[in-house]
Amino acid sequence: MVTALTIFLVSTLIKILLVVAVLLGLVAYAVLAERKVSAAMQDRIGPNRVGLPFLKARLMGLGQPLADAFKLMLKEQFVPGNVRGFYYNLAPILSFLPALLAICVIPFAGVDPIHLPGLSVAIPQPGVIANVGIGALFLFAVTSLGVYGIVLAGWSSNSKYAFLGGIRSSAQMISYEVAMGFSAMPIFLISGALSLPQIVDFQVERGWFLLPFVGKQFDWHLLFLWPSLLLSSVIFLVTLFAETNRAPFDLPESEQELVGGFNTEYGGMRFGMFFLGEYAALISASGLFVTLFLGGWSLPFGWLATAGSLGTFLLQALVFLGKVCLLVFFFMWIRWTLPRFRYDQVMTLGWKVLLPLSMANIVLVAILLAVFGGTP
Amino acid sequence: MTAPTGLLDQRIPLRTEDLSDAPAGERLIVNLGPSHPSTHGVLQILLELDGETVVKADPVIGYLHRGDEKIAENMQYNQFVPYTDRLDYLAPLANNVAYACAVEKLMGWTVPPRCQAIRVICCELARISSHLLGVGAFAMDCGAISVFLYIFTEREKIYSLIEELTGARFTTTYTRVGGVARDLPAGWVDRAMAFVDQFGARVDELDKLLCRNRIFVDRTKGIGVIPPDDALDYGLSGPNLRASGVELDLRKKTPYLGYEQYDFDMVLGSTGDCYDRFVARIEEMRQSRRILQQALSRIPDGPVCVDDIRSYDPAKATVLTKMEELIQHFMIVTEGITAPPGEVYFGAENPKGELGFYILSKGGGVPYRLKIRAPSFMSLSVLPKLLPGHLIADVVAILGSLDFVMGECDR
Repeated sequence: MVTALTIFLVSTLIKILLVVAVLLGLVAYAVLAERKVSAAMQDRIGPNRVGLPFLKARLMGLGQPLADAFKLMLKEQFVPGNVRGFYYNLAPILSFLPALLAICVIPFAGVDPIHLPGLSVAIPQPGVIANVGIGALFLFAVTSLGVYGIVLAGWSSNSKYAFLGGIRSSAQMISYEVAMGFSAMPIFLISGALSLPQIVDFQVERGWFLLPFVGKQFDWHLLFLWPSLLLSSVIFLVTLFAETNRAPFDLPESEQELVGGFNTEYGGMRFGMFFLGEYAALISASGLFVTLFLGGWSLPFGWLATAGSLGTFLLQALVFLGKVCLLVFFFMWIRWTLPRFRYDQVMTLGWKVLLPLSMANIVLVAILLAVFGGTP
Repeated sequence: MTAPTGLLDQRIPLRTEDLSDAPAGERLIVNLGPSHPSTHGVLQILLELDGETVVKADPVIGYLHRGDEKIAENMQYNQFVPYTDRLDYLAPLANNVAYACAVEKLMGWTVPPRCQAIRVICCELARISSHLLGVGAFAMDCGAISVFLYIFTEREKIYSLIEELTGARFTTTYTRVGGVARDLPAGWVDRAMAFVDQFGARVDELDKLLCRNRIFVDRTKGIGVIPPDDALDYGLSGPNLRASGVELDLRKKTPYLGYEQYDFDMVLGSTGDCYDRFVARIEEMRQSRRILQQALSRIPDGPVCVDDIRSYDPAKATVLTKMEELIQHFMIVTEGITAPPGEVYFGAENPKGELGFYILSKGGGVPYRLKIRAPSFMSLSVLPKLLPGHLIADVVAILGSLDFVMGECDR
C-alpha cells in the first residue's frame, strides 16, 4: 500500500533528478548553441568537428559539450599562490548553486495532480519541484545569492583584475535586484499571487501578461494594463541581463578591460563551475521570464491546459522548454550584437532610469486596478 | 610646447606590491599589460586607480624593441625592406612604399608613373586593411565582438589580393628602391576593382552597426578628447590628428607618388574624442576607396622600375657576355645600391599617421644612420596626459581609438 507521503517523496526525488539532468544537459548544449549562434552571426561556421562518442559522424559538433566537459575535468586543478583557499574553492560552488535552487520553484508544467493507472494515490503538483506559496519571493532571494560566488571569487583570488570584477558585480547585481523586484510587482498585484504556479494558472485563464489576448477567456482589464505590463517586461528583461552578467552587462568579466574579471585566476573545473553557473543562471532566468510574462508552460487559448494525464504533462513541459530555448536564443542574439556598457552607465541606467520607471509603473498599475478592478 | 608628463616621473616600484597588505583607501596600481587582451600587442601601462578612475597612467614601452634602426646601418638599402614589413605589421605595403620613397629621395630618383600608381594602390589597400582592423579592434574593446569578425572577412579579401600581388599575405616586401618587386599579375586589377566595388556596402554596414549605436556612442563621445593644440604638441599624425580638427594630410600637403592627381577629401573631426577618431577611420576608408577606384581605372603602361643602371641587377645573359653588366652585377650583389652622401627625410601618410624615414648617408651601400619616425610612438606619448580622469573601461576605449601598433612604436 503506497501512502501519499511515499508518493510525494518519490515523485519529488524523480522530479529533482529529471530537472537537474535536463538543466545540466541544457547548460551543456547552451554553450554549444552560444558558439553556434555567435558563429552564425559572425559569418563563421562554429564548432563542427567533435561528434558523439562511438559514432563516426560529426553531427554538427554535437559532441563538443562532452569534449569540453572532459577537458575541464581532466585539467590540472591549479591554484595560484596567495589565494584564500577556502573562499577560493567555495566561490565556484556558490555561483552554481543559486541557479539550481531557483529552478526548483519554477513550474515547468501544470500542477494539478496526475492519476496514474495502477496507483491509488495521485501524484501531487507534478509540474514543479516545490510548490512554495511565496515562490516568487524565494526566487528573488535565491538569485541574489549568486553575487556571493562572484564577490568571493574576486576577493579571494589575490588578483587586482578579479578584485575589480568582484566589486563591479556586487554593485551591479545589488542595483539591478531592486529594479527587478519592482518590475515584477505589477504581476503580483494583478494576479494576486506570489506562487508561480498560481501566476501561470492566472495567465492560462486571462491571457499571458505579454500577450493579453491569448487566454481562455478575453479579459479587457489586461488589455488596459498591457502598456504597463509591456514596460514591466522590458525592465524585467534588462535586469535579467544584468543579473546573469550577460552582455551588454557583462562588466564583471569584461574580457577587454579586466582580462577575465572575477574568474581571471580560475582554471580547470573551478572555472567550469563558473561557466556552468552562468549558463544555468541564464536558463533559470529565462524560465522565470517565461513564467511571469509568457504564460509559463501554457499554450494560447487554453490548449493543453486540461491536466491529469501524463501525456499532457509531458507536452506542457516541452512547451515550457521551447519557450525557454527561444528566450535563451534572444539572450545570445543580444550578446553578439551590442557593445558593452560602461560601469557608470550601468549604474545610471539602473538607479536613474529603470528603478524610477518600475516604481512609477507599480503606482500606475495599482491605480488602474483600483479604478477598473480586475484582480481575481 | 609642453613636455609629456609621467614618462619622466619617478617610476612607481609597484610590481612587488601585494594587495592584501595595502592599507584601506590606498590607491590601487594595476599593470595593464604587457599581456592584456586589449593593449594590442605588448604595451604595458601602469595605471594608478582610485576606485575605477585612473589617477595616473604611465606607459611602459620597449617590449618589442628589435633595434631596427641599428640593424639598418648594416643592411643594404634593399635588404632593409623586409624589416619595414614588421614596423606597422598591419599595413606592411604602406611601410614598404614609405621606405622606398625615402631612399629614392636620397638617390634623387623619380619612379615611373606605372610604379607610382601601383604604389598608390598598395598604400590605399594597406590603409583600408589597417583601418578595418583599427575600427574592428576598437569595437571589440568596447564589447562589440561581432564587428571584429566582419572586418576580418573584408581583410581576408584584401589579403588574397596582396598575396596574389606580392606572394605573401603578411610580410609583403613588395617595393624595391626604384620600383616594385614585380608588375601586377594578369587580371589583378579587375579582381581588385571587384573588391573595391563591393567594399562600399561593407563600410556602410560597419557605419550602420556602430556609428548610431546608442551604447557605443555613449561610450566613445566625449571620451579621450585631444584638443588640436595638444595633438600638435604631442606630434600626433594621421587620423588621430585629423580627428582633432587639424588639417594635415601629407597626401594633400606634400603630395608624393602623384597623390595630387586623385580626387579625395581630407577627413576632419571636430572634437578629437574617441568617437571622432572612429568615424574618421570609417570615412577615410571611403576616401581610400575613391582613390582606389580612380587609381585602378587608370593605371598607366610602362616600366615599374626606374631606368637607372644602379637600381637593378642586369639580366643574367648580359652579365655573362658584357663587361659593364658584369661589374654592375658584382657591385649590386656585394655592395647593393650605392647611395650618394647626404641626408634626407621622407614622411609618408601611413594608416597610423606620418611614418617618416630619416636617412643619413655617407655614401656607399648602407646608411650611416636611419631614424624611423613612428606614428604609434607619438600616439602613445599622449597617454599620460589623456588617461587620468577616465575610467578603466575608457582606458580600453581610448587605446582602441588611438589605433597604435607596438611593432612600429618599439621598432
